[in-house]
Amino acid sequence: MKAFSYVSATDVPAALRAISTEPNAKFIGGGTNLVDLMREEIERPDTIIDITRLPLSGIEELPGGGVRIGATVRNSHLAAHRLIRTRYPVLSQAVLTGASAQLRNMATVGGNLLQRTRCLYFYDGAAACNKREPGRGCDAIGGFTRNHAILGASEACVATHPSDMCVALAALDATVVAESIRGVRRIPMTEFHLLPGETPDAETALAPDELITAVELPETPVAATSAYRKVRDRASYAFALVSVAAALETGDGAVSAVRLALGGVAAKPWRAHLAEQVLLGAPATEESFQRAADAELAPAVAQSQNAFKIELARRTIVATLRRLLTDGSAA
Amino acid sequence: MGRQPVVEVRMRVNGVMESLDLEPRVSLLDALRERLGLTGTKKGCNQGACGACTVLADGERINSCLALAVQYDGREITTIEGLGGGEGAHPLQSAFVRNDGFQCGYCTSGQICSAIGMLAEHGAGAPSAATEHLSADTIELSDAEIRERMSGNLCRCGAYNGIVGAIREVAAAVPGEVGRDAMEPVTEPAMETAMETVR
Repeated sequence: MKAFSYVSATDVPAALRAISTEPNAKFIGGGTNLVDLMREEIERPDTIIDITRLPLSGIEELPGGGVRIGATVRNSHLAAHRLIRTRYPVLSQAVLTGASAQLRNMATVGGNLLQRTRCLYFYDGAAACNKREPGRGCDAIGGFTRNHAILGASEACVATHPSDMCVALAALDATVVAESIRGVRRIPMTEFHLLPGETPDAETALAPDELITAVELPETPVAATSAYRKVRDRASYAFALVSVAAALETGDGAVSAVRLALGGVAAKPWRAHLAEQVLLGAPATEESFQRAADAELAPAVAQSQNAFKIELARRTIVATLRRLLTDGSAA
Repeated sequence: MGRQPVVEVRMRVNGVMESLDLEPRVSLLDALRERLGLTGTKKGCNQGACGACTVLADGERINSCLALAVQYDGREITTIEGLGGGEGAHPLQSAFVRNDGFQCGYCTSGQICSAIGMLAEHGAGAPSAATEHLSADTIELSDAEIRERMSGNLCRCGAYNGIVGAIREVAAAVPGEVGRDAMEPVTEPAMETAMETVR
């Protein structure tokens, strides 16, 4: 690991001043991804600014009925919180399927948003990777692509975003609150992560000197009937091949409200707007679920080894909605 | 390799106040093993994938390999050496022996520290991915729950049945719940209560 200097910020203004004055500095939360990337020398900051002592570890109700989650809330505390478990079960479930209990005790909400792809070629310094070294090429294309994208990829990059939490946040229309010395900005979750295009090194809408201070969830009654379903190569402690965050409300046999997002399929948590359009107002039946899944996956493109993920995503969408319809949860 | 200021890190490790001058890049795992000689905590993958390095920080289990020691300044760290002590083996240590919870033993320190953290989490009402009803107040610690909650600790010898058996045995001996709000981090007194109960 390259040498660096360490600063611990005790309040947000101090953290924002430090990031804007220290050259080549990075914030560190739980460190579960950043320390690993620094050890591999994929990340090489000169200074790290510890934000875990900032007063951003609370979860509170918002006046409008939503919930505000501080950026340094640990993943485990988020998943266990009563407000989240009862009002947004999809979010608790998504967080609980991610990583391990030890990692969830360390990882922060802000850090989870900013974790980087687990593409093996991104991690392997000897491999060509446009994300790590823009213009170098992509060894993943034509390589081992089981964990790679089927939606929104480009000729420059086929990596996927690894987060489970973010898939639920995308379904819930969350907002990321970012602060810099220039002020406060609110970024819709669905616009926070970027598709690769020709610049896969640009991964989020966050400016280098911005600090995530909170994530806000709007009041979302449909989320009371919501679930996260994750399909992976082993029963626990593995990244998703495909995952689905869904919320469903029906009335008179028709879909009256629906939220759907996919994980493991793209460089960002994939909000399934096409499927939602098909479902809204449609009969709450297996046939509708199937049509919705088909609509969302129509533009899907397989890499050399992951064509199975298109069908897997289709079936997981249908299975998750079916379970929500019959049981009110997919857990 | 550039120059790097050394930072003073003070931690209470297994009840003893320690003061270390460390480069910020030193992991908690290396600080424990190389500087304090506490080699019970193992370095397996060194990338957060195996759980051999699991220790307790203020009663919560973490992977010490991905923890920068400097970030744990002022915290209370418990390693395998801090369990049992003068009273002999910790009940989980004895249960691992009785249940053949290991073969080579390399993952065992991490398994046991992890299990202690897990029992405290469960006692506080924290759910897992195996929990059927998220809104339930009490969650039965079934074998499926134990396996899911312990999935961050790999055992290459495959002693999982013994590990689950050992944890089940100790969990069954714990009467009642630790009784703390699930949203609160594990506090030191809560942790001590948990430890009292399992002893």
